[in-house]
Amino acid sequence: MRKTTYIQVINEALGEEMRRDPNVFVMGEDVGRYGGLFRVTRNLFDEFGPKRVIDTPISEQGFFGMALGAASVGMRPVLELMYMDFSLVAADQIFNQIAKYHYMTGGLVNIPLVIRGQQGAGKRYGSQHSQSVDSLYAHFPGIKVVAPATPYDAKGLLKSAIRDDNPVVFLEHKMLYFTRGEAPAADEEYTIPIGKADVKRAGTDLTIATFSYCVLQALEAAVELSEKHGIEVEVVDLRSVEPLDIDTVLASVAKTGRLLAVHESYSNSGIGAEIVAQAYEIAPYLLKSPARRLGMAPVSVPVSKPLEEEILPWKGQMVATVLEMMRTA
Amino acid sequence: MQNVTAALADTPTRAGESSTASGSDGIISTTTDLLPSQVAAPFDVPALPVETLSEMYRQALLIRQVEEFLLQAAEQGQIGGAMHTAIGHEANAVGASAALRPDDYLTCTYRGHHHGLSRGMDVGRAIAEVLGRADGFAGGKGGSMHFVSPQHGMMGSNGIVGAQVPHAAGLALASQLRDEGRVAITFFGDGALFQGVMHETFNIASKWKLPLIFYCENNRYSEMTPTWRTSSVGEFYLFARAYGMESVQIDGNDAEVVHAAVTLAAQRARAGEGPTFIEGITYRLAGHMAGDLETYRSAEEIEEQRSHDPVLVLRNRLLERGASEADIAAIDAGVEKAVAEAIAFAEASPWPDPTEAYTDVYRN
Repeated sequence: MRKTTYIQVINEALGEEMRRDPNVFVMGEDVGRYGGLFRVTRNLFDEFGPKRVIDTPISEQGFFGMALGAASVGMRPVLELMYMDFSLVAADQIFNQIAKYHYMTGGLVNIPLVIRGQQGAGKRYGSQHSQSVDSLYAHFPGIKVVAPATPYDAKGLLKSAIRDDNPVVFLEHKMLYFTRGEAPAADEEYTIPIGKADVKRAGTDLTIATFSYCVLQALEAAVELSEKHGIEVEVVDLRSVEPLDIDTVLASVAKTGRLLAVHESYSNSGIGAEIVAQAYEIAPYLLKSPARRLGMAPVSVPVSKPLEEEILPWKGQMVATVLEMMRTA
Repeated sequence: MQNVTAALADTPTRAGESSTASGSDGIISTTTDLLPSQVAAPFDVPALPVETLSEMYRQALLIRQVEEFLLQAAEQGQIGGAMHTAIGHEANAVGASAALRPDDYLTCTYRGHHHGLSRGMDVGRAIAEVLGRADGFAGGKGGSMHFVSPQHGMMGSNGIVGAQVPHAAGLALASQLRDEGRVAITFFGDGALFQGVMHETFNIASKWKLPLIFYCENNRYSEMTPTWRTSSVGEFYLFARAYGMESVQIDGNDAEVVHAAVTLAAQRARAGEGPTFIEGITYRLAGHMAGDLETYRSAEEIEEQRSHDPVLVLRNRLLERGASEADIAAIDAGVEKAVAEAIAFAEASPWPDPTEAYTDVYRN
């Protein structure tokens, strides 16, 4: 094992998959010669050339549609978006086309492609560069949604996403790019299955089910709750939003009796509401107190630091919500 | 004010009024009110062998009869949803398919039955798909707007205007990356030209020299609105020139002309010379979809266009080239029998099991 960054392992996973399978290619804005806005695709152009690391014009509908076409005959495009907000420009191609193609064709055609890029707030990019789109994508059948929190999980899951025969939306987070974590050596092969959650911290009093950057925030909140309040929180990292590993969540709730689902996409009509609803539908008897969800407040993301911090469901809001839940228990 | 009034006036721009040059190479300045036969292709159209013409005629007639059956079935309530027939568009499909290799790729709009059938899709299973039966190509999940058969290179018709066009560019990209020499052709209507994704794809395909043919079936109507009411541009093949692409305007109701244009475009594509834009002037002899009230055009206009019915054009061409009435009658009888059998097959096909609704969401 070595310490490495989130960006580094994404770059490695792309290169390793391109070496393994000639059908894999990378396409997006500035991904080639420039190496990507966040340098995620750096050096790939030098190794694989312009036919497999393709710089596109700023035409998201066009190149997303092209990726569908190429994938429909067995190519495996990996599309990069600088900001996941821009995926909404290609909404027709994603929701009406990519997500539905396998179904509409009665299974005759499948679309093995990956849409990857960073989302999320915390860097004062404002309303059109800070949204979290996980709940939105999870709402539509036909696409898988993955959002790993650690370098180890990111590399293993990106490899699984590229090898998957379905469209996978792979969500990175701008606050995670320079975080460091343990990962096997660069050439050591491993994958992590899509749709399997991972318990990142054991606890006895309350389960926080979350993913992406909120996992790191939840782990910090758990430390504070333990040290200052004697509350032991179990942190379940979902890693995948669709398919959702509700079994692991409920196994944790069976131990703690309390559930808080947290995500950075909006709280309303979000994945947290889905998790809470499933808990009540499947195993209401496990809950000692009402299950709750915590997401971003339903406003557009403001630029100013105190305004942005106000609406983020990060450590401060998590601690406050957990304390409320423990009081009402 | 006068200019604004003129711009909004309820009359199309007439041929000759356009500010762009016209006439010198068979290209006219506006497509409004044209008969397809008034468009002269700016290239030589070689005479095809009688066997090829016969096969194109057989396909065109078969498509016509299938579409007439489907239109009737839709009007009788046997088919739900939106069902768009290609009555009047047949030559665009049969001419193009005859000019392409069986392994070339095709995508098209929801007006796509003719393209699927011209590629050789089984007629009975195609009708079964439109009827929503278990033997349909997609088991009844796709229906009229989602014809697909990868084994025939038919990679999909599409319910969203213009969306299929980048798909074909992606198929062309796959062929280019794999160095396969396969060409992709994509069919769209004149109404699609005002979707942004079209222009994104024109730009990329031209820049990357993709082996791609953009084929505009210009029937002069954007669904229920005459296209001249929606744009100041009268000559759509000129869009392609803005992107540095070869483009040509042809009689889309003459399968022999279509065959010649697509042959040239495919040669260019396979030689690495990039995409070609073909504007086939055609006419939709039936409504936009089953149930269309057709308040936007006169019976006289449709009648005038019938004189250049693409099935009739092929039939007359065969007679000109030495086929006998008896030869044609034999083809007619064969088509009638094939269509009757296909309809019987489709109508006898069972409904899908309801549990099939839950399959094919993900590939396992």
